[in-house]
Amino acid sequence: MSDIADRVKKIVVEHLGVEEDKVTENASFIDDLGADSLDTVELVMAFEEEFGIEIPDDAAETIQTFGDAVKFITEAS
Amino acid sequence: MFDLTGKCALITGASGGIGGAIAKALHGAGATVALSGTRVEPLEALAAELGDRTHVLPCNLSDPAAVDALPKQALEAMGAVDILVNNAGITRDQIFMRMSDDEWQSVIDVNLTATMRLCRGVMRPMMKARWGRIVNISSIVGATGNPGQVNYAASKAGMVGLTKSIAYEVASRGITANAVAPGFIATAMTDKLNDDQKAAINTKIPAARMGTPEEIAAAVLYLASPEAGYVTGTTLHVNGGMAML
Repeated sequence: MSDIADRVKKIVVEHLGVEEDKVTENASFIDDLGADSLDTVELVMAFEEEFGIEIPDDAAETIQTFGDAVKFITEAS
Repeated sequence: MFDLTGKCALITGASGGIGGAIAKALHGAGATVALSGTRVEPLEALAAELGDRTHVLPCNLSDPAAVDALPKQALEAMGAVDILVNNAGITRDQIFMRMSDDEWQSVIDVNLTATMRLCRGVMRPMMKARWGRIVNISSIVGATGNPGQVNYAASKAGMVGLTKSIAYEVASRGITANAVAPGFIATAMTDKLNDDQKAAINTKIPAARMGTPEEIAAAVLYLASPEAGYVTGTTLHVNGGMAML
């Protein structure tokens, strides 16, 4: 697994308080990992800070799963 | 009780009577304060009076870009925005039949839309800090209505709905949002009334007098304090019993 994926996973695990093995490629933050809409905003904020990137609101809305997040951040950074 | 040492507060309308009193109360409790308003001179005078831990951030609240920039400026100046007090407000009274679109819109823009923009602007730092206090200064007329103030009353009632909805959304993050609804308060705004008008008003107030800016500031200080952490989405009416809501 890439370095980016590891760092994203760490943020997700810490923020949502879920087991690491639950954070799979297709795991949806809201449907599978118990996030509410505010959590998803906070995850995006945490990603922005960790990777020094800016994630616009319309892009943030497309980040639904762990895989989406890794893909977006890999492309953006 | 009510120690705000280390907290940073942004207060709009700080050049006015109530806003100035709020700034003094929060500053007196140890907070660093950013004083905003349209008139620079009274803001500078207040800052000079308060001394350390003060910043002056002039802002025209009818300019959306300037309003959006204000939380960022406050963040840069103070390093944090823990407390936001939306106190600035304008009136453009007119009987409803004659009320122009402009009279309506300008009051909604400054009182309601600017409040929304400033709340939105401080959300991110407050969410990160897992702590925040939003205090929106509404008005008794937002609850009771008032002839000649369709625009003002609508804006002040709107602030209450906005406050409650924000309170719902962010309560789990340690952020509270509350409103304070002053009744008649002795300020430059009420100084314009003549003695007969003042006497007529006092007969409608069980306390038989107008309130003071300091009495509003005390309510704001409470809602801004760590002690009020379990109070959210409420409207604290400070009106001498004029409307018991």
